[in-house]
Amino acid sequence: MPEIRVTEVSHAFGDGPARRLVLRDVDVTLTEHRVGIVGANGSGKSTFVRLLNGLVHPDSGTVTIDGRDTVRDGREVRRRVGFCFTDPDAQIVMPTVAEDIAFGLRRRGLSKDEVRARTAAALTAYGLDGHADHPAHLLSGGQKQLLALASVLVTEPDLLVLDEPTTLLDLRNAEMVRRLVDGLAQQVVLVTHHLDLLDGFDRVLVFDEGRIVHDGSPAHAVAAYRTLVAR
Amino acid sequence: MALTAVPLFLPGSSPVHRLGAGAKLLGLLGTGVALAVWRSPWQVGLALALVLALHAVARLPLRVLGRQVVGLAWVAVPLLVVQWVLASWQTGVGVVGSFVSLVLLAGLVTVTTRTTAMVDVVVRVCGWLRRFGVDPERVGLMLALGIRSVHVVLGLAQEVREAQYARGLRSSPRAFAVPLLVRSLRHADRLGEALSARGVDD
Repeated sequence: MPEIRVTEVSHAFGDGPARRLVLRDVDVTLTEHRVGIVGANGSGKSTFVRLLNGLVHPDSGTVTIDGRDTVRDGREVRRRVGFCFTDPDAQIVMPTVAEDIAFGLRRRGLSKDEVRARTAAALTAYGLDGHADHPAHLLSGGQKQLLALASVLVTEPDLLVLDEPTTLLDLRNAEMVRRLVDGLAQQVVLVTHHLDLLDGFDRVLVFDEGRIVHDGSPAHAVAAYRTLVAR
Repeated sequence: MALTAVPLFLPGSSPVHRLGAGAKLLGLLGTGVALAVWRSPWQVGLALALVLALHAVARLPLRVLGRQVVGLAWVAVPLLVVQWVLASWQTGVGVVGSFVSLVLLAGLVTVTTRTTAMVDVVVRVCGWLRRFGVDPERVGLMLALGIRSVHVVLGLAQEVREAQYARGLRSSPRAFAVPLLVRSLRHADRLGEALSARGVDD
């Protein structure tokens, strides 16, 4: 698995009196297959995962993925780190399903035949083969999230970061995403409010006010999180 | 009235579907130029008849054409009345007929051509702009995002209107426009972030 190394990272949004510190001296190394992240809204967890593929640059400290700095080697990092957001509508770029899956491949300069073959394989693998030419905006919420995942996974990233991918989904679609994530061979970092998604994860971090306040197994971390929010 | 839009690509094997994206876009451009020059009622009528014939050749469901015509009527009918009153019926038919013909033809091109095929043509055509620092891939991406965004913004408008109705603000343009603008900007912001995450900026 890739080694995610976050060293003494702090980050703030805004300037002057409106400046808000969202990450405070976060220091952690993640090498596990599946890592979960929980925390209240505004605790810094989404900013933390945005550091992992260079969407957010730390104000101080460094973030490296297998030794590659997310600021200095951003391009290489983004080729290896796939990112899936909460709202699939905001990450579907092309009008139809197959075209959106092919989008990332086309940008990597693959031949048309290879793009076609890998797109067809992804459509089948993620249960979208009957929807290849369907307009993406007509898919159900669950299918859109599957499409968003397929569009990221087709580029074969070593690490997949998911920021609350089930928040907008009903129970059935959330379960579908959970099964998909469970079956992934690559390293996964998952931010979620659905604590049952973390069953079987190797490690869970609990964020509060920009700091990691607990780091351990899912059972212990979830218990610590429940205690934290009950205070 | 439900919000409607030009549908996206509908797969098919008709001669119109099989025609290359470049030829179709060139045809659309040529028709635009021709209709800017020739605007007599019979010339516009001929153009409209040709466009409708192409729709038939493309073997598209009638509802595709119907939706576009209904959507256009909201603009075309008032425009026709204004032109008729201020100029003449011939001018009205000429202006409105060429407008309707072009929109229907553009709709036909969109429905029978994959977006990626159109993007490829645009990227090829814009290749010479590289020497001036323009990235043709970005121009193509803008086209794709434009087509996709029509449906996204329509979806947002539907949501805003439902929220407006739920709060009893049925006839408030401001209560419709402001949240739609805010949501559209927020969507653009998130889309930009997603594009960066997919390496578009690299």
